[in-house]
Amino acid sequence: MQITSPTFKANSSGALKDPQLQKALKHVKSNFIEKRASAVEALPEFDALRDSAVSIKNHVLENLDIYLETFEKNVTKNGGHVHWAATASDARGQILDICRRVGAKSVTKGKSMISEEIGLNEFLEASSIPPIETDLGEYIIQLRGEHPSHIIAPAVHLNMDQVREEFQKKHTHLPADRELSEPESLLKEARGILRDKFQQADVGITGANFLIAETGSTIIVTNEGNGDLTQSLPKVHIVIASIEKIVPTLEDMSQFVRILARSATGQEMSVYTTLSTGPKRKGDPDGPEEFHVILLDNGRSGMIGTEFQDMLRCIRCGACMNHCPVYHAVGGHAYGWVYPGPMGSVLTPQFIGVDQAGHLPNASTFCGRCEAVCPMKIPLPRMMRHWREQEFEKHLSPPSHRRNLSLWAWLAKRPKLYRISTALVARGLWLLGGFKRRTSFLPFAGAWTKHRDMPTPQGGTFVVQWNLGKRPPRSIETWRRVK
Amino acid sequence: MTKSFILEKLKAQINPSLSDETRRMAVADRLSKHATGVLPAMPATRIKRVNKFIEKVIASQATIEQISRRNASQAISEYLRSHNLPGEIRMGKDERLKIIRDDAKGLLIKDGRSDGQDLASFSHAEAGVVETGTLALFSGPDNPTTLNFLPENHIVMISENDIVPHYEDVWKVVRSRYGEGQMPRTLNFITGPSRSADIEQTLLLGAHGPIRLHVLLTRD
Repeated sequence: MQITSPTFKANSSGALKDPQLQKALKHVKSNFIEKRASAVEALPEFDALRDSAVSIKNHVLENLDIYLETFEKNVTKNGGHVHWAATASDARGQILDICRRVGAKSVTKGKSMISEEIGLNEFLEASSIPPIETDLGEYIIQLRGEHPSHIIAPAVHLNMDQVREEFQKKHTHLPADRELSEPESLLKEARGILRDKFQQADVGITGANFLIAETGSTIIVTNEGNGDLTQSLPKVHIVIASIEKIVPTLEDMSQFVRILARSATGQEMSVYTTLSTGPKRKGDPDGPEEFHVILLDNGRSGMIGTEFQDMLRCIRCGACMNHCPVYHAVGGHAYGWVYPGPMGSVLTPQFIGVDQAGHLPNASTFCGRCEAVCPMKIPLPRMMRHWREQEFEKHLSPPSHRRNLSLWAWLAKRPKLYRISTALVARGLWLLGGFKRRTSFLPFAGAWTKHRDMPTPQGGTFVVQWNLGKRPPRSIETWRRVK
Repeated sequence: MTKSFILEKLKAQINPSLSDETRRMAVADRLSKHATGVLPAMPATRIKRVNKFIEKVIASQATIEQISRRNASQAISEYLRSHNLPGEIRMGKDERLKIIRDDAKGLLIKDGRSDGQDLASFSHAEAGVVETGTLALFSGPDNPTTLNFLPENHIVMISENDIVPHYEDVWKVVRSRYGEGQMPRTLNFITGPSRSADIEQTLLLGAHGPIRLHVLLTRD
């Protein structure tokens, strides 16, 4: 896919002016947050489960080489095949080889962000093996030639009338005057069309939420059932999963399952959690004859032992973006690559380079909601800060930005001078604010004040007030503790 | 070779203070003990657990009725009739479903995997998990997994004796039946009928899988 992360600022301005997108984004804000909160509240053990899951994943990452080998051994023992892919291009090649060997004419796909990461759809199309997305949201955006704008709700940027228009335009074999006014009729139409595709496909490709080392099983967690039809009807099933998806045992997986759906959609449990182990067995009436797992590294091994290791705990629930004020404002496409929101702001520079994606870790207020709701307790703001450091060290930020930061750093290391300067600035701003106590003119910050007024300081700097014995009001303290 | 490239890279990055030997032992230990982590609190008595299971099944937007096993054919017929469906059911050869064959009460029984045209299917769950009203189904020669997904109406029978508090209890069933480290080819955890909220976050039932899920809970 085309990378547009370098033009994040322009993307965002466009997004803010797009009325359809702004209307659609309201659903994110109102739906996900409330549902997650009530699901979490209904499970007193939720926090203990988070800690448990974090410690399992940390243990896995410390022993990932051993667990991967164990997983491979158990897949093979059950008659499956494991393929190791160091890069996206390795993975694409392996998938194409399998498809060509079995003479595949069409491929169905369950929802997989890894397949987006390796650009699988474009590649298969160019190789004359059309891939068909079967998740409803993915199907809609594939028709529109778009990419997911959210990792669990790929079409969240669209409204119903846009979906209807697309169906009318693309499903030309159906009568033009058919009834499509309700979401139910749209769903029914997609269901009917995809039923035939499931039956015709030669190869089914799915992702995996977890890989179990103990048994060599791959797991998908879904609500629609399309993933299950994708993996049980065609004669070949290919699972594409990144290496950090490993969990040691069935018991360990159960810990994750309890926090995944609650954090993602606010369900207690997704409708379908399916464990697949090897190809169909003797006497089995259904299931694939071949079972392949592609283990994708794509730079992840290099994150282990670095300040970004904790990011490999991510279970792709989407809670961080569901709670992110920046995501709420601009949506997922503005981020310009596969992964949006706070997790995307950490992952994107890793995959495409901080020179390309430097805007992303900067587009954060560091409000901390992403870290507070992350079921895997990933310190997302801290990691975005690491990227900002790297950007600074590599001289990638604009000269004016670097100059001001250097000046500030010089001042901050001289506390007396710092206090005098801030006191002067506070006084100056107070004068500027006058009776209105706010200003629409701020030197060097015209871009900011163009859209809103700046409230001016009242009553001295923070340090002055602190020394006078002032403390934050109780309400702020309580807010800080809110998860 | 790509495999050794990835593994070597991982070894080079992983905390060097831990020896390979120590790490191998830690992994072997974890895999053999399969220790349970945090378990949500569950009602203390069996009756209360069954009631909670029923409550959770309903919350998942499935329907449930308590019957005795010998009335299963009748319950299926009535269910199909109430939804204006023909008296036909697709099912596997599982022994526990034999009672339906012996006394079909006019039901037309179709064997084997679904051809995609069936309106209703019937399966037997291996366990029902109280914590979320989840059904566990294992595939095998007599239990086609496609029956759980292709027909629009899925009826699942489960005995009260197979109601267990947690997912972890299902792993006990798996290990005792298939052996340590062994699995059924497909294990389906099912919690309610298929659904999608991909259009404007509006929840709709019956996305690609069944539109209705009906549970027959037997006392015997």
